[in-house]
Amino acid sequence: MSPQELQVQEKREVERQQESTVPARAFLPPTDIFESEDALTIVMEMPGVDREDIAVNVENGVLNVEGRLDFSKYEGMQPVYTEYNVGHYRRSFSLSSKIDQDRISAQMQDGVLTLLLPKSEEAKPRRISVG
Amino acid sequence: MVGGYDALDALFNLQRALEARLESDWLRGGTTGGGAFPPINVFQQGDSLVAILEVPGVQKSDLDIQAKGNTVRISGKKAIGYAEGVSVHRRERLSGVFDRTLTVPMQIDVEGIKAEYRDGVLVLFIPRAESEKPRAISIN
Repeated sequence: MSPQELQVQEKREVERQQESTVPARAFLPPTDIFESEDALTIVMEMPGVDREDIAVNVENGVLNVEGRLDFSKYEGMQPVYTEYNVGHYRRSFSLSSKIDQDRISAQMQDGVLTLLLPKSEEAKPRRISVG
Repeated sequence: MVGGYDALDALFNLQRALEARLESDWLRGGTTGGGAFPPINVFQQGDSLVAILEVPGVQKSDLDIQAKGNTVRISGKKAIGYAEGVSVHRRERLSGVFDRTLTVPMQIDVEGIKAEYRDGVLVLFIPRAESEKPRAISIN
């Protein structure tokens, strides 16, 4: 079987819950999520975002990820033909497992962010002995 | 550094400019050679063109760029591999191969093309051929 031809993924805009004071748009990065026994791995595509411009935090069981685009390289360039828009990336997920926030690690490669979220000890199955 | 009021304003202006040129007929269907991936934005910068393509997750060594006449061909593959024995909760990223030809309405200085790849974004600097540049004609 020949390899599948890659399709274009339309960028999805972040739906605002409140009206934003900022007119600029943000996009939802296409994301893969998988889980192993002791960690959750989240992989997000954020082309154009430098590793320095990524912010990750967990608050009240919600993981928030933000990637800020450095668009200064577009200065002085006149668009003549365009197929996609650019902007910052933002996405949140509610976590079903308890995560050890201090041990979250992040890796950025070719515009793809990989987050490793280790489960906290209390989230792992525990054996209870009857006294 | 990104941030501050001016930067937000600048981003909005850029987004509007990109939207305004969306699928303009400037290329007149010139990108039909091959598939529609990767998406391309083309900018003018002085005498040159700058094509910016988003190919997140593609390794530099898996990108192939060729130029001839007034066309630039970009091909490659995007592989996604995950460990076995994990349960997948969400799968949105796509993988596969791509091959796309960009035909621009000018002669290219093929030797002068430069390519940069960083953070999943491929930037091609495409200079206009010397023979195409306007020349001042003196009147005898």
